[in-house]
Amino acid sequence: MHRPFYRLLAGAAAIALSAPAALSQELTIFWAEWDPANYLQELVNEYEAETGVRVTVETTPWQDFQTKAFTEFNARGSAYDMIVGDSQWLGAASEGGHYVDLTEFFKANNLGEIMAPATVKYYAEYPANSQKFWAIPAEGDAVGWSYRKDWFEDPAEMEAFKAKYGYDLAVPQDWKQLIDIAEFFHRPDQDRYGIAIYTDNSYDGLVMGVENALFSYGAELGNPDTYEVEGIINSDKAVEALEAYRKLYSFTPPGWSKTFFVENNQAITENLAAMSMNYFAFFPALVNPATNPNAASTGFFANPKGPYGDQFAALGGQGISIVSYSNNIDESYKFLEWFIREDVQKRWAELGGYTAHAATLESEEFRNATPYNEAFFQTMFMVKDFWAVPEYAELLIAANQRWYPYIVGGEGTAKEALDALAADWTATFKKYGRLK
Amino acid sequence: MADVMTRLNPDTRAAARGLSDLSIRNLFIIPTIAFLIVFNVFPLIYSLWTAFTDYRASTNAPSQWIGLDNFRYLLNDPFIWRNFTITAKYVLISVTGQVLVGFGLAMLLNRPIPLKGLITTLLLLPMMLSPAVVGLFWKLLYDPSFGIINYFLGLGKFEWLADPQMALYAVAMVDIWMWSPFVMLLSLAGLSAVPKHLYEAAEIDRAGSFYTFFRITLPLVAPILMIAIIFRTMEAFKTFDHAYILSTQPTTELIAIRLYKMAFLEWQTGMSSAFAYIVLIVVVAITNIYVKYLNKAKAR
Repeated sequence: MHRPFYRLLAGAAAIALSAPAALSQELTIFWAEWDPANYLQELVNEYEAETGVRVTVETTPWQDFQTKAFTEFNARGSAYDMIVGDSQWLGAASEGGHYVDLTEFFKANNLGEIMAPATVKYYAEYPANSQKFWAIPAEGDAVGWSYRKDWFEDPAEMEAFKAKYGYDLAVPQDWKQLIDIAEFFHRPDQDRYGIAIYTDNSYDGLVMGVENALFSYGAELGNPDTYEVEGIINSDKAVEALEAYRKLYSFTPPGWSKTFFVENNQAITENLAAMSMNYFAFFPALVNPATNPNAASTGFFANPKGPYGDQFAALGGQGISIVSYSNNIDESYKFLEWFIREDVQKRWAELGGYTAHAATLESEEFRNATPYNEAFFQTMFMVKDFWAVPEYAELLIAANQRWYPYIVGGEGTAKEALDALAADWTATFKKYGRLK
Repeated sequence: MADVMTRLNPDTRAAARGLSDLSIRNLFIIPTIAFLIVFNVFPLIYSLWTAFTDYRASTNAPSQWIGLDNFRYLLNDPFIWRNFTITAKYVLISVTGQVLVGFGLAMLLNRPIPLKGLITTLLLLPMMLSPAVVGLFWKLLYDPSFGIINYFLGLGKFEWLADPQMALYAVAMVDIWMWSPFVMLLSLAGLSAVPKHLYEAAEIDRAGSFYTFFRITLPLVAPILMIAIIFRTMEAFKTFDHAYILSTQPTTELIAIRLYKMAFLEWQTGMSSAFAYIVLIVVVAITNIYVKYLNKAKAR
């Protein structure tokens, strides 16, 4: 009668005693729900095979990612040991004490030189130029372009284009050509449209798209050292860039007023547009014949240069940080040591992740691995990002509130929109004591 | 124990076998009160306190008491006033539409028609659906390329949600579709309670249908219709789900959407608490005006 009871008790005790040991061998990384997170899970399975430490990549839909992450931070919860957070979170997460300071780790491992310089600047460092680091560049990403090679290479189209614009139809070399080509292919009567761009203003979609124009027209968001924005975000070049983005919007398919990465891939897969803006992370779906019937005739290019020769792209992607409230900080450091190894970074790239590892990026093997890797390689050395200050969301929402009515609704002028934004941002920076 | 039982009177014995009134009261009321205090009263008081601070839940920084600064900032923010204007317009369109459609349907269903039960049940379906699902569903219906609405109305590629002026009407239309059945249901209850002899008397007096409607039907249904209007106004003020899914136009940014962004995207916790209290005051004020009219209608 008593024997099963004692056996049960002994079993429970064994489980209870072994539990802490088992827990210390488990790590949880939190990220958004998308393909790179699946690739990361595949990669960390190899870490488990190598070390015996189980790493789980927990995901949530993009719409909830920020809210869920910060809710956990605010509760000082230990559910996640590491997080692959957006670059603009750096200020809020580091000043809030949610991220572990990785400066020493960064220096000890010479990451400033191992990783592509622009990725270190935007995925890891906060405040700007402070040499304080909070993340390891993990998923490098930026905004690039896909296009319909078959439409571009059609002899009749090429001839008509040359006759109309006076130069050859090819991958656009600058924003003027980008606009010309979008206009040329815009044929609503044939259900064919010129271009697909980001317009979703619920988070950073529209802002990323506009940044692609702003930076390449030689404009800046402001002075990152003094936080002055007046005369910078509303400069003549910024006005020109916003007007160019508005013009591109007039060549988009119908209903293109709330579009982001899903719709922009659909623009190519459903024969809607000649060119489409998107993060490089979503391009694997475009070279896969199972998800894109036009895979064989889809090409890719980096954001073209602006009228004054500047060429930049808006930064996407994320760095990986250790969460301050984790119960496994030491184990997390060991994982990061493994993650930054050159062979692991190569494997990460092979699996489909976008490495920020400079040597891997520069290798011929990487650049020729996919039809879009060459454009990605070029882009990762010319990226620029949005403000990473803790109040980035207020700045982002103000940009959406000012830019969206002009671009999508055609309300007012670009100058008015940018002047108003400069006033909003100035007020925000003054409110938080960054600008006197 | 058996000895004690025999000494008790029959009522007390029954109580001793089960639970006394006092025990039952404690069993139900104490957890309810505790639940209300923890999940309603405490957050209400705590959020009132944070409304007067610069608290940001995303940081570990201690909050500072800033008095009425949040309220002052919000009431001077032109975007907030725009949100209130948009919401007022939305509430007006949406509630008016629901009352007209709902009451109209109730009038139709208040007659002897075949399959009345089935029709009533089918008409009630929209309000049983999740607002998020309804939002996604209508987004497809409104799609300029393959949406069925443009197809049936022959509007070509008309952009319901991309047009800044039309978007608010499109969102309100969804609310009307979803909640007219609620008004219909209450109106049906009101209509069925109107004494038949009043209509018979009106018929004998050869009163016209216009006279009958405005002198008999409407005054008698008015109190219950007013209750429907109060409920729908309060709910329309809080609209979030389907409006958030359907459109990102600044012209459809209702106060609930702005409040969400302020609280959970910008993490301006103190400011958003103040905003929530401003909204609460506005809704309470409007409801009080309605209740005043409701009491007048009842007195008549």
